[in-house]
Amino acid sequence: MKQTALTDQHIALGAKMVEFAGYNMPVLYSGINDEHETVRKKVGVFDVSHMGEFILKGSDALDLIQRVTSNDASKLTDGKVQYSCLPNATGGIVDDLLVYRIDEATYMLVVNASNIEKDWNWIQSHNTKGVEMHNISDKTSLLAVQGPDAVKALQSLTDVDLASIEYYNFVKGTFAGKSNILISATGYTGAGGFEIYFENEHAQHIWNEVFKSGAPYGIKPAGLGCRDTLRLEMGFCLYGNDIDDTTSPIEAGLGWITKFTKEFTNSAALKKQKEDGVTRKLVAFEMIDRGIPRHGYPIQDANGNVIGEVTSGTQSPSLQKAIGMGYVTTANSKEGSEIYINVRDKGLKASVVKLPFYKK
Amino acid sequence: MNFPQELKYTKDHEWVSVQGDIATIGITDFAQSELGDIVYVDIETVGETIEHEQVFGTVEAVKTVSDLFMPVSGEIIEFNKALDTQPELVNTDPYGQGWMVKVKMSDPAQANSLLSADAYRSQIGA
Repeated sequence: MKQTALTDQHIALGAKMVEFAGYNMPVLYSGINDEHETVRKKVGVFDVSHMGEFILKGSDALDLIQRVTSNDASKLTDGKVQYSCLPNATGGIVDDLLVYRIDEATYMLVVNASNIEKDWNWIQSHNTKGVEMHNISDKTSLLAVQGPDAVKALQSLTDVDLASIEYYNFVKGTFAGKSNILISATGYTGAGGFEIYFENEHAQHIWNEVFKSGAPYGIKPAGLGCRDTLRLEMGFCLYGNDIDDTTSPIEAGLGWITKFTKEFTNSAALKKQKEDGVTRKLVAFEMIDRGIPRHGYPIQDANGNVIGEVTSGTQSPSLQKAIGMGYVTTANSKEGSEIYINVRDKGLKASVVKLPFYKK
Repeated sequence: MNFPQELKYTKDHEWVSVQGDIATIGITDFAQSELGDIVYVDIETVGETIEHEQVFGTVEAVKTVSDLFMPVSGEIIEFNKALDTQPELVNTDPYGQGWMVKVKMSDPAQANSLLSADAYRSQIGA
């Protein structure tokens, strides 16, 4: 199993460790509900160093990104980030990712840990114009400091005015005494905060400084368990659950990052899909009957016909109700539609709702 | 971790307290700690007679689902209704307020084959 630069730190803190995407990762420290609430109300720190980072360099870097991603990266200016996906040639998604424009000829792509090799090979196979590519995943650490008190918790560590970094923007600056640290106002929780990228050799120092600086604000370590409940309350897709090699971005509700202002992998077919309509859609739902939806449970109509499948589900710690997402036939996808989740052979009633589940 | 000496245990991480032909059943401190925050105890088998090692309910934590198995055969005569509104009692007091069901045993001698606290402890390596 691979380790992050902070694995020993997590074990020393008594975290429950699990294998995730080949890495030994903390799933929880104090408990999912407690960590979830800490991130929603104060500030928590996730070690997400398992994520992959690629640097693309050269005059044709943008051209390559435009051809492999669905969003329009030509809209980016220096210091901006964009959520995007890599469509495959057969209607599905290779991965979802973040695209950072460092400068005109330098971009960073941040991809899911489980897909690092697949994405690398995919992008390389489209790299016909000799864009310089570097996989810096193994030497890069990433801390997500998330929550409403993130600015206060971190401001003493940097001269960068953290409050002035707008959502989906980043700056490079000195942080905890280390120069050239990338501070990005992004995250996967809907709680606000930053993602901080740096070289592994700084990991222990930065971790210590973040906890020292955040102590007055009740900062706590947070594990992958609450990362999942937090993202699901926002309705953010998780690759491998809600999207994968067989789900199209249009079906997944990712039309907003699928821009037909340019050509990209499978764009003609996806454009046609958008115009003609899709047969199934990813929807969000809340349970009406008591029960908790889980990945893989069938979704049925009132007559017991299977109309889809749950892709993510949990008891929402913030809302104290059971929530989920899943694909259903388009006819059943409207807000307010009554659907039934098959939980241990019982059809439990649920209602299709709008995202996000959690509103501030 | 706490495993009271006066209780009996199963390999499926349940505890049993026997009084006459009535067995009170819950899950162990180890089980609740492995499951994490428990959010729903789904037991709808009150009044049913269920055989030893068959499923009598399900416990749902935030991230995981786990079946509950009968340590002994018998009729489920009571469900701990407090768990409907406070499933977290299973985490905070697994051997007390977090008990799950009471069973009228059809063969009280079955209880003799359950694990002792020490045998259970060695099984989980605690």
